[in-house]
Amino acid sequence: MLDYINIIVKSIFIENMIFAYFLGMCSYLAVSKSVKTASGLGAAVIFVLCVTVPVNYLLENYVLAEGALDWLDADYGLNGSETMDLSFLSFIMFIAVVASIVQLVEMIVEKFAPALYGALGIFLPLIAVNCSILGGALFMQERQYGSIGEATAFAFGSGIGWWIAIVALAAIREKIRYSNVPAPLRGLGITFIITGLMGIAFMAFLGIEL
Amino acid sequence: MSAKKESLFSKKNMKLIKDPLNDSNPISIQVLGICSALAITIMLENAFVMSMSVLFVLIMANVIVSVIRNMIPDKIRIIVQLVIVATLVITVDQILKAFVYEVSKQLSVFVGLIITNCIIMGRLEAFALGNKVGPSFLDAIGNAFGYTWILLVVGLIREVFGSGSLTMFGLEGLIPESWMIENGGFYEHNGLMLLSPIALFLVAGVIWVQRAKNRKLIEEN
Repeated sequence: MLDYINIIVKSIFIENMIFAYFLGMCSYLAVSKSVKTASGLGAAVIFVLCVTVPVNYLLENYVLAEGALDWLDADYGLNGSETMDLSFLSFIMFIAVVASIVQLVEMIVEKFAPALYGALGIFLPLIAVNCSILGGALFMQERQYGSIGEATAFAFGSGIGWWIAIVALAAIREKIRYSNVPAPLRGLGITFIITGLMGIAFMAFLGIEL
Repeated sequence: MSAKKESLFSKKNMKLIKDPLNDSNPISIQVLGICSALAITIMLENAFVMSMSVLFVLIMANVIVSVIRNMIPDKIRIIVQLVIVATLVITVDQILKAFVYEVSKQLSVFVGLIITNCIIMGRLEAFALGNKVGPSFLDAIGNAFGYTWILLVVGLIREVFGSGSLTMFGLEGLIPESWMIENGGFYEHNGLMLLSPIALFLVAGVIWVQRAKNRKLIEEN
């Protein structure tokens, strides 16, 4: 149990998707003008990460990684002597999984939870090409989590971290409207600087050992 | 043949190359492809390799999508584009692993993330789907170089001031040893430059200069 909590805390604060790796910056900068929409997009990211990372984990460990296909029968010509390494296909498989799951989730949510669809609906198509989703899958592959539970905990933590980042930025941007920012920095420029300062603040968590 | 060539480099087409370098720069104006621009600029070499990868993928993807643009059904165009881009990125990734293994280790997941780099999807959606092959090719070159120059500037500043070297050109210790504080001098490497948030400040600086020069670009808060 402690392992899972460690992974969650680590991925929220220490390895925050935005502040440590800048993943999903495009939508982070574009959809952070009001707290309400930012929170909606953040929730959609948490949701999609929690669905796609475990699926990609299974794909990675039972199909793509070196020797992952050993569960196949020897009749297929894959006995102990030869192993398959399909990991070069992982990019295309991961992005296909992400794009199709996002499509699927959109249809399911629209059918069974119209209220949720009203809140998340417009953001779901955006998410298929959000770096943080594919980034989640690629980090999961690189760090080689031990079980599907750990991978899910990582996905959940990363999603929460992304949500915190975008909601905090949106709240600051709502207030900064009342400040006198130098004209050339207005909009994008000042947003970069705010994000940089928040990133430096988050670096304080680097010292925590888990 | 020559008439066709002339039209390719007409004034209107040259604008496609020039505009993204400054007034519609993908990073500082269109806000596309920020993720990789910030995360991998700690060394000039990484920034260069990344830019070249994006250049290759963007040009090939723009040309391919533009060639088959009339055959792609509208409803599944995103997935078609993703498959084309993913195939190109796999090629780049394998090439990097084969020839510059060290750099590819440092770039880690960011090579894979070229797939979802907004510049590529953005240019495919906005330009290649509706234009002929020639202009799409030029548009890709323009945008890729617009991305490249910002990456190189940020990478150069961060590496020179952060670690005082330029490994790309085999230069170590650009700062004379006698300047260093421990040798009784006045200089110390700026460790802050090696932290990732600094890239954000440097890009903000580029944005500031650019918009102060061309005041049409200033945003309404």
